[in-house]
Amino acid sequence: MISQILQGLIKHIDSFLMSCVLFTILVGLFVLFSASGQSFDRVSAQLVNITVALTVMWVAANIPPQHLERIAVPLYALGVILLICVALFGEISHGARRWLDLGITKIQPSEIMRIAVPMMLAWFFSKRESSHRISDFAIAAVLLLVPVALIIKQPDLGTALLISSSGFFVLFLAGLSWRFLIGGAVIIGALLPIFWSMLHDYQRRRIEILIDPSQDPLGAGYHTIQATIALGSGGVTGKGWLNGTQAQLDFLPERTTDFIFAVFGEEFGMIGNLMLLTLFGLIIIRGIIIASQAKSTFTRLLAGSITLTFFTYAFVNIGMVCGILPVVGVPLPLISYGGTSMVTLLLGFGILMSIQTHKKLVASG
Amino acid sequence: MRSSTELKNYQNEQHDFKLRLATLGLLVLISFSILATRFYFLQIKRYDYYQTLAENNRISIVPITPNRGLITDRNGVVLAHNFFVYTLEITPSKVDNLDQTIAEIAKLVEVSSFDLKRFNKLKTQSHNFESIPLRTHLNDVEAAKFAVNRFRFPGVELKSRLFRHYPLGKLGAHMIGYIGRINDKDIKNLEAAEVLSNYKGSDHIGKSGLEQSYEKELHGTTGFQQVEIDADGQAVRILSSKAPTSGNNLILSTDIKLQEIAENAFGKRRGALVAIKPNTGEVLAFVSMPTFDPNLFVDGIDVENWRLLNDSIDKPLINRPLRGIYPPGSTFKPFAALAGLEAGKRHPPFSISDAGYFTLPNSSHRYRDWKPGGHGNVDIRRAITISCDTFFYGLAFELGIDRLTSFVRHFGFGEKSGIDINGEISGLLPTPEWKKRRYKQPWYMGETVIVGIGQGYTLVTPMQLAQATAILANKGVAMRPHLVSGISNTKTGVINTISGAASEKINLDEKNLEIVKLGMIDVTLPGGTAASVGADAGYSIAAKTGTAQVIGIKQNEKYDATAIDERHRDHALFIAYAPADDPKIALAVIVENGGHGGSAAGPIARKIMDYYLLGKLPPVEPTPADTKAIAPKPGENVPEEELHD
Repeated sequence: MISQILQGLIKHIDSFLMSCVLFTILVGLFVLFSASGQSFDRVSAQLVNITVALTVMWVAANIPPQHLERIAVPLYALGVILLICVALFGEISHGARRWLDLGITKIQPSEIMRIAVPMMLAWFFSKRESSHRISDFAIAAVLLLVPVALIIKQPDLGTALLISSSGFFVLFLAGLSWRFLIGGAVIIGALLPIFWSMLHDYQRRRIEILIDPSQDPLGAGYHTIQATIALGSGGVTGKGWLNGTQAQLDFLPERTTDFIFAVFGEEFGMIGNLMLLTLFGLIIIRGIIIASQAKSTFTRLLAGSITLTFFTYAFVNIGMVCGILPVVGVPLPLISYGGTSMVTLLLGFGILMSIQTHKKLVASG
Repeated sequence: MRSSTELKNYQNEQHDFKLRLATLGLLVLISFSILATRFYFLQIKRYDYYQTLAENNRISIVPITPNRGLITDRNGVVLAHNFFVYTLEITPSKVDNLDQTIAEIAKLVEVSSFDLKRFNKLKTQSHNFESIPLRTHLNDVEAAKFAVNRFRFPGVELKSRLFRHYPLGKLGAHMIGYIGRINDKDIKNLEAAEVLSNYKGSDHIGKSGLEQSYEKELHGTTGFQQVEIDADGQAVRILSSKAPTSGNNLILSTDIKLQEIAENAFGKRRGALVAIKPNTGEVLAFVSMPTFDPNLFVDGIDVENWRLLNDSIDKPLINRPLRGIYPPGSTFKPFAALAGLEAGKRHPPFSISDAGYFTLPNSSHRYRDWKPGGHGNVDIRRAITISCDTFFYGLAFELGIDRLTSFVRHFGFGEKSGIDINGEISGLLPTPEWKKRRYKQPWYMGETVIVGIGQGYTLVTPMQLAQATAILANKGVAMRPHLVSGISNTKTGVINTISGAASEKINLDEKNLEIVKLGMIDVTLPGGTAASVGADAGYSIAAKTGTAQVIGIKQNEKYDATAIDERHRDHALFIAYAPADDPKIALAVIVENGGHGGSAAGPIARKIMDYYLLGKLPPVEPTPADTKAIAPKPGENVPEEELHD
């Protein structure tokens, strides 16, 4: 009886994906404890976030993909409307207009778009099955660029980047012609110098610093420099949990959020880093397998996009902490402190599980 | 049911999708490989580099400033010491709105216009990231008031700092000197001397006097604490520490009571006095008048006080004993006399018949004696006693400039005495070579003649004159003059005694020395030019008066003290040693525009000798307001004999 209920509860949970995700989250809690200066408050707050996110994941896993397909368009429409509202009436905090006060609660509509955009595009291509007309891609590009433009305007570069990449992955997987891809890359490559020459000196300077933070060691470069010092001084084996001096002594800014990887790398060293990459790699491989086994165009594209967006998260964050990518506000998935990103990520994993488990049911039933 | 083409399409699409998925998988692999390579680069290849950076980040060396050594006089009276005071300091770079911050601070603790002026002056002289004092000497209430409100003032700190203080204020300021804030020039000097690291944490450095010349002894060795700090620079814990070593204490050869008597004796008059113990070279008093309060300089002098001191026509900041140059006048005569005697000239009973002037062969120009009509029959001893110019004109002429100057050079004329404070100048002992170099002109015989009476190009510092007198008193043995007689090591307690080891011994005939000495003793006896100085002394004084012209007097013009602006009056000079037979003290006094040596400078010397030899204090000192009254005006109440030399 009890085992039956339990069976029912985990029926739609992909055990391999779940194990990897839970293990990563657990590692994240230990890092957070160290990074927050051993604050139990921080850790318990994150536990609340995790609980909420796991619930969302469980719910998503139990919703059959067909239902998701149905809500794709309204969700996207709602997201765009809310983004326009933000642009018009949004609250400004830290110099950016991201939040919308609904009276009861405050929401960040760009977070909705993280999942709504790939769903919308996957839905769009599932309706245009087996057609590869350029016009379809043009429409898809517009569907993608409207929310991205609104988010860039906020400005929230990190989210815009992630949403663009999630949309791009759908377009790519839907069969965007290689010629078009290569041609587009060539055109952008050719236009860049012209674009550069049109910029003002101060704008160029900003971009230069974005690309090479060491030019401004006390300003924008400070984060990256401190992060690379932390990482490098970690060495092969790391300084050990709770022993990272850079992290413990406040040298690292944003060390519980965007720069938490520096704490991890300092305390667990290169071995820890590689293990974390492996963990992420396993999650991505599982996601790719789910996508490749998915039965409908919508689920295929959505699963592929969710998986590759997760990869983008991880790569951009680690790359920025390592100092090989510009600093944009992207958290380390499953590890950085914060409710929103945790919920969005686990929602994505829930959808992946739903795609995987409902396919099985369909196949066996 | 799907048509076969649809199915084929579907299969193609499936295949294409998987191909694309695999492409993305490859992208993931490549991306993760890039990250892994980056980890390798950061964490293995450049590990040592980042490890060092991390250590530097984490560990900060905080210097602990040593206590500066004390300065005491020979009897242990403290002349310079340190005490803790609260200061309120601002680091301008850490403050957004400086004016507003200062205005807010002024609501809590009093900030005077003096404080503001000094702060602004220091601000222009310092770097923005340096901490600059706004208020010093906060009392406990003020310190507490600020401490409670500290959080409101980022960039403003309440510091408990060792403060240098000169308890006796103006007394001996030129000798003791002062410390001041380290400036860029000091940093360069410290860097050149390779001791800059010892000044990490030090704000002050000796700027003048003994504070400057004994900086190395006084400063001490800076200690340090190795502390672990966080990104805000706040110390989290101490890893290791090394205590600082306090600077060594200086024990002066000076008797500050003697100094005080001398300074009081000057009153408001300008001048200098140096007293030396002839057989050791110990400097007993080192007076430069007017003096100043060195405490004003410790934390940067404000503009107003600086102008007051720097622009004053009395030039209180000039170290007169070392840097004041005066013609020696008749105080040069005993040395010229000895030069003659040692050269075998003018031995008694040789005498001249003085008609009041001297002429060179084949010249009608008259080198006049100060006494119109002359002194009559004068031998060498009497020539000193009555300061007979005519006698010395002839002597100098006969000796010649080279023989004269090369002899007196042994007494330190034209040379630095080597006293242990910086800034001494060497005066001038003219020679034909010097004149050729300086003016590209030949040497004239007439110039030799006036060198004989201490006029002409010859210039001496009071220090030189005192040293020459000490050498004379010490029968030709020159001891190096020194203000510091001992350095007490604060760590071991060992006192390192400094002696003025004889630097030179002039071979002099005892008989010749005796003749000069007798002439000089007679100076302070009835009939001498400073008879009043020796009156009722109870010990014998060998002395010589002198007058140095400030403005040239034309051939047929008569010097009239009362008709001349006070500042154009002659300088009064006086040298002496006593007791004449067993000299314990030798000194030189110069009273600027004082008129006659015997009447203006002599009484000051007498007070010094009375105290030093007999322990006799001068009569009750008049209050400063009265000092003018005791400064005798030339030509008043002074025996005719003493008006001139």
